Amino acid sequence: MAVVTYLPRLLPTLFLSGKTLRPIFTSWLRLIPPAVLAAMLVPSLLVRENSINLAFDNLFFWAALIAFPVAWRWNSLCATVLVGMGLVAVGRSLGWGM
Amino acid sequence: MILPDLLEVDKNRQLSPSSVHYWAGFKRALPIVLGYVPIGFAYGVLAGKSGLSGVNTLLMSLLVFAGSAQFIAVGLFAAGTGPAAVILTTFVVNLRHMLMAASLAPYLAGWKKRYLAFFSFELTDETFALHSSAAGKLNGCRLEALSLNVTAQASWVLGTGLGIIASGLIGDIKPLGLDYALAAMFIGLLVGQCKSLVQLITAILSGGIATLLYLAGWHQFHIIVATVAGATLGLGVELWIKR
Repeated sequence: MAVVTYLPRLLPTLFLSGKTLRPIFTSWLRLIPPAVLAAMLVPSLLVRENSINLAFDNLFFWAALIAFPVAWRWNSLCATVLVGMGLVAVGRSLGWGM
Repeated sequence: MILPDLLEVDKNRQLSPSSVHYWAGFKRALPIVLGYVPIGFAYGVLAGKSGLSGVNTLLMSLLVFAGSAQFIAVGLFAAGTGPAAVILTTFVVNLRHMLMAASLAPYLAGWKKRYLAFFSFELTDETFALHSSAAGKLNGCRLEALSLNVTAQASWVLGTGLGIIASGLIGDIKPLGLDYALAAMFIGLLVGQCKSLVQLITAILSGGIATLLYLAGWHQFHIIVATVAGATLGLGVELWIKR
């Protein structure tokens, strides 16, 4: 696990550092961060038991609807994490969602 | 052991005291620390609950240091999956770091290979997001960047350790919302990465494609495929707007 984690992180920095990349490739790479974060996040919010669930019992989705504006307004990772986890914890203690 | 050595080297080379850079990196890492301690804690608790030994759980945080891959590995371990499948899944889930490392590489021109090797080891979604938001100064602030990374991993290991200790005491992580820590962190990072319209469009496209692929039964490859497709479509939109 350590090896297959390390190699993808190491090889590009080792071989591409200092190289001038073609502008179009640089523009593409600049879009990788939002793309990869959204790809990891969105299914975990929308999909429950192999189908899209936007109903009230999908607590993760509803907590995200509040966590997104929090992240937008305060630009704070910490506040977003605490608000997100807090909402899920409170929601569950009220018997809402899974 | 590695860090004092770097401090020494830097002292001889730069005029400003190295402790300034060290603290600057430490301070920049604090938002990650506040996210990593609870997420590491959740990982430690989950790993303990799945029957992974405390030593192995901690070693994974020290040697692998890949949050989502560690969560997935623990899930597979709990389900009784064999080592080969765990390793292959880790590889696929971590392929995205290749794209991240490539996007930072042009800014690391002046770095020696050993520093690149150390920097890359601690390149995660979160440290990457911070580095890429200030990529222009990476070349001049090696010590600050490495200090940021070391602080982040130290907090991850600390959180893991606390989680291992707590896993015997906590019956269920759900009432604490710990299973939402990773998603909430991704939300914060994603918002920080969507500074232009094209980046926002890319995120929506990539998220949509990932969801469709996931529904189609691609439970590991959906991340890398959606990332490449989303970024490529986003680039198309960017070129079309500029036309």
